[in-house]
Amino acid sequence: MRLTCPHCGTRDLREFTYGGAALERPTGDWGPAWDAYVHLRENPAGASFEWWQHDVCATWLKVDRDTRTHVISQVTEARA
Amino acid sequence: MRFNALKILTEGLTGNKGWGPHWRDPDPKPAYDIVIIGGGGHGLATAFYLAQQHGLTNVAVLEKGYLGGGNMGRNTTIVRANYYLPGNSEFYSHSLKLWERMESDLNYNVMHSQRGLINLFHSDGQRDAAVRRGNAMINQGDDAILLGRDELRKMLPYLDHDTGRFPIHGGLYHPRGGTARHDAVAWGFARGASDRGIDLIQNCEVTGIDVEGGRVTGVQTSRGQIRARKVAIVTAGRSGQVAAMAGLRLPIESHILQAFVTEGLKPVIDNVVTFGMGHFYISQSDKGGLVFGGDLDFYPSYAQRGNLPTVEHVMEAGMTLMPMLSRAKVLRSWGGIMDMTPDGSPIIDKAPIDGLYLDCGWCYGGFKAVPGSGFALAHLLATDRPHDSATGFRLDRFTTGRGLMDEEGTGAQHNLH
Amino acid sequence: MSRIAGGLIDRTRPVSFTFDGHAYQGFAGDTLASALIANDQRTVARSFKYHRPRGILSAGSEEPNALVTLGRGTGQEPNARATMVELREGLAARSQNAWPSVGFDLMEVNDLAAPFLTAGFYYKTFMGPYRIWERLFEPAIRRAAGLGVLSKEAADLRFEKAFAFCDLLVIGAGPTGLMAALTAAEAGADVILADEDFLPGGRLNSDRQEVGGQASSAWAGEVTARLEAMENVRILRRTAVTGVYDQGTYGALQRHAPGPTRPLETFWRIVARHAILAAGAVERPVAFANNDRPGVMLAGAVRTYVNRFAAAPGQTAVVFGASDSVHRTAADLRRAGVHVAALVDARDAPCDLDVPFYPGAQVERVLGREAEGVVIRRADGTEERVQADLVAMSGGWNPLVHLSCHMNARPVWRDDIAAFVPAPGAVPGMIPAGACNGEVTTAACLAAGRDAARQVVSDLGLSGASPDLPEAEDREARAEPLWVVPGKGRKWVDFQNDVTTKDVEQAARENFRSVEHMKRYTTQGMATDQGRTGGVTALAVLADATGRSIPGTGTTTYRPPYTPVHIGALGAGGQGKGFAPERFTAAHPVHLSMTAPMIEAGLWYRPSFYPREGEKTWRASCDREALMVRNSVGICDVTTLGKIDVQGPDAAEFLDFVYTGTMSTLKVGRVRYGLMLREDGQIMDDGTCARLGEAHYLVTTTTAAAGLVMKQMEFAAQVLRPDLDVRLMSVTEQWFQAAVAGPKSRDLLNDLLDAPLEPEDWPFMACGAVSVGGVPARLFRISFSGEHAYELAVPARYGESLFRQLVARAESMGGGAYGMEALNVLRIEKGLLTHAELDGRTTAYDLNLKGMMKRSKDFVGRAAAGREGLLDEDRPRLVGLKPTGAVKQLTAGAFLFDPEAEPTRPNAQGTISSVAFSPTLGHFIGLALLKEGPDRHGDTVRMVDHLRGISTLCEVCDPVFFDPEGGRVRG
Repeated sequence: MRLTCPHCGTRDLREFTYGGAALERPTGDWGPAWDAYVHLRENPAGASFEWWQHDVCATWLKVDRDTRTHVISQVTEARA
Repeated sequence: MRFNALKILTEGLTGNKGWGPHWRDPDPKPAYDIVIIGGGGHGLATAFYLAQQHGLTNVAVLEKGYLGGGNMGRNTTIVRANYYLPGNSEFYSHSLKLWERMESDLNYNVMHSQRGLINLFHSDGQRDAAVRRGNAMINQGDDAILLGRDELRKMLPYLDHDTGRFPIHGGLYHPRGGTARHDAVAWGFARGASDRGIDLIQNCEVTGIDVEGGRVTGVQTSRGQIRARKVAIVTAGRSGQVAAMAGLRLPIESHILQAFVTEGLKPVIDNVVTFGMGHFYISQSDKGGLVFGGDLDFYPSYAQRGNLPTVEHVMEAGMTLMPMLSRAKVLRSWGGIMDMTPDGSPIIDKAPIDGLYLDCGWCYGGFKAVPGSGFALAHLLATDRPHDSATGFRLDRFTTGRGLMDEEGTGAQHNLH
Repeated sequence: MSRIAGGLIDRTRPVSFTFDGHAYQGFAGDTLASALIANDQRTVARSFKYHRPRGILSAGSEEPNALVTLGRGTGQEPNARATMVELREGLAARSQNAWPSVGFDLMEVNDLAAPFLTAGFYYKTFMGPYRIWERLFEPAIRRAAGLGVLSKEAADLRFEKAFAFCDLLVIGAGPTGLMAALTAAEAGADVILADEDFLPGGRLNSDRQEVGGQASSAWAGEVTARLEAMENVRILRRTAVTGVYDQGTYGALQRHAPGPTRPLETFWRIVARHAILAAGAVERPVAFANNDRPGVMLAGAVRTYVNRFAAAPGQTAVVFGASDSVHRTAADLRRAGVHVAALVDARDAPCDLDVPFYPGAQVERVLGREAEGVVIRRADGTEERVQADLVAMSGGWNPLVHLSCHMNARPVWRDDIAAFVPAPGAVPGMIPAGACNGEVTTAACLAAGRDAARQVVSDLGLSGASPDLPEAEDREARAEPLWVVPGKGRKWVDFQNDVTTKDVEQAARENFRSVEHMKRYTTQGMATDQGRTGGVTALAVLADATGRSIPGTGTTTYRPPYTPVHIGALGAGGQGKGFAPERFTAAHPVHLSMTAPMIEAGLWYRPSFYPREGEKTWRASCDREALMVRNSVGICDVTTLGKIDVQGPDAAEFLDFVYTGTMSTLKVGRVRYGLMLREDGQIMDDGTCARLGEAHYLVTTTTAAAGLVMKQMEFAAQVLRPDLDVRLMSVTEQWFQAAVAGPKSRDLLNDLLDAPLEPEDWPFMACGAVSVGGVPARLFRISFSGEHAYELAVPARYGESLFRQLVARAESMGGGAYGMEALNVLRIEKGLLTHAELDGRTTAYDLNLKGMMKRSKDFVGRAAAGREGLLDEDRPRLVGLKPTGAVKQLTAGAFLFDPEAEPTRPNAQGTISSVAFSPTLGHFIGLALLKEGPDRHGDTVRMVDHLRGISTLCEVCDPVFFDPEGGRVRG
């Protein structure tokens, strides 16, 4: 698999780390929203929005990737 | 038809024409007491134990492909009971006992071979963790032996004990650990369940779960509607999709685990060897292939195939651990879809919908759990109470934080267990 | 000798080799297989199950029979395909899986028992009590199974891995691949052409035909030379593309021609924008009785041996098939001087050769242990025996679709050619072309190669005229499918694994009707050739037995590798220390010079202890070092702890978010102990946080968790709190850091630093800039020993020198260096934590650190740490332990029980995480996690370590054993 870092270009999978489903972090005390954030997963068979880090430049990325085909349709910088 | 040596002899002398089907191929009935979604090892074992332990046979197993075609047919066939945490300990201990009587239960040789399993350690800290685990195994009534450097060197002379990246300080030996012929386990349970009257229905994909008034009433399938009082989801790798049919979201993320087998070789590795520092484990099948695997590919996937970085990492681990492997050739690789949970331990529980049951989240430990899981889920389906061996596998432990079973201590990131 | 005239071997270069100890001669350009054939060696191997004698079946990597072992002893290569081994001087090959010899193998007795050894027989027997399977049956089966022998020694073999990038990867250098590569290369594309063979050309080298007005092999040679001369082309000979991966990544294994400077093999990771699959096709055997006997060979392979290698596989041949290509085989054999005793064409076709011709007939069975003749069933039903020592068979061709299926596509069936071809769009960016795509003539293959390359050239945005297509044979080779010949006897569909049509039929009767079930039950297709030759034939038998069509029966899954790959190649670089990076601190040479045993700490190496003369055990050194710190001064290299530089206007607010505690209230020049949780509320790590400036902090982590903490902090900064203006940088490698600990630590520093320390400026938990030998340094008054202590950091390049200075000064004051063992004793005496306690399952509450969670603010893990289950009273929580029983030893990893309870799981109360012998206190001490622990100080519990056979009573106490008031650390 190869991903395209907005800073460094297209690189091999071994330079990247998957960091979990791209979800919105809730606020406040523990409750169903937190449970959903920490534990529950949509786990789609298809389009999946994920956090990845490009370990080489340390940039966290938001990746739109198909979990059946591994086709990557978009990579953007998480901070942007 | 009972299998034995005499039967093989008489069939051999008469042209092998008398062998009948291992299992029937019935059409689905309109309704069953219990429908099990998923004809893998766990589903088939559940069906078998429902019949054998509880006398329940108005049961159907629905399989979208062929029996035993998921992770049951793509694993590294390791059977062990070497867990540390309560909840896991008693379950895998019970499961191993079921393995030990499986051949007589099933009248089928699943080639369960207790050739012993050794976990290597490389530092004092790892040794203490191994001792803690071994003590937990003995507390549970299972077996564990601490091997020092010299004992291990005698037992596994082919390891690179000293000049590898992580020199080996010793190992935790689990003599009752071993391997089994994975496909045969599925076939044995299928035959046993079918012989007892349970319908195994292949090429029958579940497309919907019918829920009325908070109660399950049946399933929609590619072969029509089937009504049921109870429905169990036993679809490792697809648990999330199937549960979503009932409107549930599970604490599961699907990840790929690759495994490998080499060409056949004369016996060279007698035990199962686990190299934690390299995420590498290996054994040799009775046919002579070295069967080994490593870590996840680490990204969610349903593709049943992996990528090269993990492949290479596994091979490099093999090379630092047992350099004799360089001349063995990888013949085949495969990828299984793992139900990864936030604590790395499974779920056998009632779902929040009446009549719906979950058996999922086996991460990469599902094979050895096959009989234990089938036994416990059958008990839950039959009595609506968890079996004593599986009281820890609750769905709500993540919500409450009570009874988490994080053997690796890596926390609620699904892919890190 | 059966060496004939012609061929592409180099007769000026004879090559000597041995097989099973006998000396033979071949020529450069031979394979081991062709040289064995030229030397009349018919039986070269034994089959897996029945140990039947076997000869060479094919001329390619699909060879199921002729597996041999090369070399002897360390580094010997089992299971080498004789058809792929390039002959070289001194090559020593042996047969395998036979005893005492390949000619007379005692295990052949299995063949007599074949009726009882049918598909799946072992699932139905060998059951019994008393572990009779493991003790009796399994060892016997294991000894009998397997093929070659792996040396148990580590061999010093050189394998390499490499990356390559290109516009176009052409897989296969037959007519299609050569034409594709030429077309793309002439348009300027960056091309890699990979082929398994050592001689590019594929079937152009095997068949007698003309291309571009010259012999096809000459045309192939000419094109290869042209390509080799182009700068934008790399030809990888001896290179099998083994796997297809995402986004145009291909794995490829290159065997190198033998030579002292070359590795054995290189595993390539090729990243290609486009690929053309021109892998060709392999021939199918026909299932007739005893079709596995030595002397029975694929017809195309016969042509290869005769035309390319000038080796005649027999003297009298029967040729059998249902296609025009068997007529071509007969013609080539005749031309080579081999007597063709019968040309058997299952079709009712004409024949223009002057050979005994049997239209509409079939070869029913082979006679002899090595083929001596065949029984032909004529069209009219009569039988005829014909003597022959060579049977050339062709059941049609299987396009090599494998690589097109590696990304989950299934091949599609084409009735017109009775074969599977790649599904359209099977692999993004890959175009299948030529024989692997179902083309059957050379002209069509050449055109397909050119057309595929034109497509790629256009997609690349290149232009340029395509080379002209050379003239080539375009006569459609008519063929009819030919699967199984009716009649009695065993007919092999998997030669190596000994699977016959009867096994497949029995599997179907037993309801293993799914092709995957049949494969797994019979082991058909699971041998080293992965069913490449007989797989589709087996499918046809299964389809017939289950009343389905072949496409309706389906195929099994194709998975990498396409051809077996040495673990040594895929794992190149991993042997020895290469598996993972090694990290050394700047003072590493000093540790070594002081003869400290080095131990791994993650990827780092740290000194365990520094033995001095007269110290016979590690404990003696450790006790001395610990007392030295308590009584004078000790020096410890603590560089490996993670250091993260945090800067930015919002650094303070950011740290409040990642730590449980508050760092924004920390004054500049002060240090605070901090705890970081994971988002699930459990402790990730602990460490110190120093404020070096208003907008500048330095975070330290444990050695083990440094990477993890850095990753989580970056995630927090970039993903969770992008609103904060803060930047992070790991500076672990940039600073060398040493602890200076003990009552004399300040004296030592005052002597060393450029300016003495004013006590009022340097209270406990102070930090700031100092200067040592004119080098700007950082000083932190922190302690992991409970003593008055400092940590001094200098740029890494000064580390070695600083450490030498510190140790020399300490030694002159009655102290010295201390290692990990003493460090551990000192921290346990103080009840301080490491990852033995922070094991990923413990919470702040468990470790009596609940007060460190400032719940009034948000921080990572705050919500989840509030879950009721993580605050249960009976969770195991941190305590200290002292042995009080007859046995005075504690062991880490032991369990705790009530004194009278059975040591079983339900009775377990806790576990011991860390132990040490305290030379200061004169007894063992331990840290443990005990249910309701903090409420049980003073209670007695029993420690049981089953594994080490130690059991003792202990007293539960406070985890701080030494100086609980902390007077020494502040003093």
